[in-house]
Amino acid sequence: MKKKTLYLLLSAALVFTAGCGKNKQSITLAGSTAFQPFAEKLAEQYMTANPGASITVQGGGSAVGIQSALSGAAQIGMADLVNLPPEARELSATIVARDGIAVVINPANKVNDLTIDQLRDIFNGKIKNWKAVGGVDKDITVVSREAGSGTRTSFEEIVTGIDLSGNALIQDSNGTIRETVANDAGAIGYLSHGLLNEKIKAVLLDGQECTTEKIMAQKYKLVRPIFLLTKAQPGAEVQSLIDYILSAEGQQTIQQNGLIPAK
Amino acid sequence: MPVTSEKIMQRLLTAVAFSALSALLLIAVFIISQGLPFIFRYGLREFLFSSQWNPQAGKFGIFPMVVSTLWVTLGAMAIGAPLGVAGAVFLTEFVPRSVMSVIKPAIELLAGIPSVVYGFIGVMVLAPLIRDHLGGPGLSLLAGSIILGIMILPTIISISIDSIMAVPRSYREGSLALGATVWQTVRMVTLPAARSGIAASIILAMGRAIGETMAVIMVTGNSVKIPGSALEPVRTLTANIALEMGYATGMHRQALFATGVVLFVVIMILNFSASYVMRQRKARR
Repeated sequence: MKKKTLYLLLSAALVFTAGCGKNKQSITLAGSTAFQPFAEKLAEQYMTANPGASITVQGGGSAVGIQSALSGAAQIGMADLVNLPPEARELSATIVARDGIAVVINPANKVNDLTIDQLRDIFNGKIKNWKAVGGVDKDITVVSREAGSGTRTSFEEIVTGIDLSGNALIQDSNGTIRETVANDAGAIGYLSHGLLNEKIKAVLLDGQECTTEKIMAQKYKLVRPIFLLTKAQPGAEVQSLIDYILSAEGQQTIQQNGLIPAK
Repeated sequence: MPVTSEKIMQRLLTAVAFSALSALLLIAVFIISQGLPFIFRYGLREFLFSSQWNPQAGKFGIFPMVVSTLWVTLGAMAIGAPLGVAGAVFLTEFVPRSVMSVIKPAIELLAGIPSVVYGFIGVMVLAPLIRDHLGGPGLSLLAGSIILGIMILPTIISISIDSIMAVPRSYREGSLALGATVWQTVRMVTLPAARSGIAASIILAMGRAIGETMAVIMVTGNSVKIPGSALEPVRTLTANIALEMGYATGMHRQALFATGVVLFVVIMILNFSASYVMRQRKARR
């Protein structure tokens, strides 16, 4: 009786590990969580078109994307930084999309428009009350991302001169920033433009709205590129995947889901 | 035949038992080997006592997080310990055993609720309450303490109940026979007799509170600074590691491992003192 159970377990283990045999070409993408959902969608479409291909998409953040492309843990690293760090120099980088960073506040807040200078002072903690920027008498709750986040790094590089106020709340994803801002009438944060919804309100920056059109017309300033990083000589399959993402079909998928095509 | 199988089982169990131990050893060796070189290079004093945490600029001072961790934990103990011990006294001394046998498992169910769920409730219910009625951003030291205070209740209650029940019946009977009321008996006889068990439950709960990560990240706001009041956001040591791990490379990554070393040492000290206190009790008997 017990032996039977054992055999059963063993055969079950065999069944579950049988799929591990490698006979498909396999590509791993890792890195930027902002691009991850898009990469998953693109990978799905690519695999439908090329039944032989097997693509795995992992998150981890831009730093992980760079590290795994360098170490070879992933064939393609994804990074969403304005400037790639020096260690990424030996990698070949392709811009596959652009992403606007929207500055968001609670819908109950009457402020509609901020200048880059006001934004800087708010995040530095110099402006502490909404009154100073045309709102009601209410304390500002600054919400930022954790150190190293691609969104935060890009935000700080474009706005320049930010030495984040010690009172700022730190949230670890675009989604939790959205929740925090949606729940706090005095909050201000920033997130990927593709993740805007009706629970939060994007403000105009220097009079420019954060929309696909304004970003493509280069009117809206807070925009960062999304890079795919590979070793200098990527394999044929890797190249064909990148070509697919850059193709009209791939770029259309990117635009439909809220990112800005690379052009 | 039975003898061989006996021997095989014995070997097997020995191996399994040691695998648990070696897992602990491996974790300890790994964390220390990754974190300790950083501490030596950066300087222990600078690492522990400087207030600047800015990984991009190469500044790794965890002092605000050490202070925050202590405050959040103390706050959790201030909320959880009285509630937990009172609950244990109530269940053992003031209600019939049959009632306790229903309530105690229910309280222990609290321990089975995933910490994300606690965090979620904290974000959705507790933080807005604090923001609207007490001020500040809501995500704060206070919110963290309250959530942790609730999370440690099962630990305190169930260990305290066990140690109160272990007090011999004759003690209580003697006290009651001398004319003491139930409360007087609890206060002057039962609680002092169960003291070491209760202390151990509180120390173990403290270990749990220090180590908790997910719920804390969600409700404390994670600002790196020494809190000026309970309504300000704070970042604990565990939250620091979990928040930045995904992005950390090089020195930054080692600094996070070093943070892990600090946590590891603190939790080791707490666990050792808990088992020391427990042993004291056994030795006295």
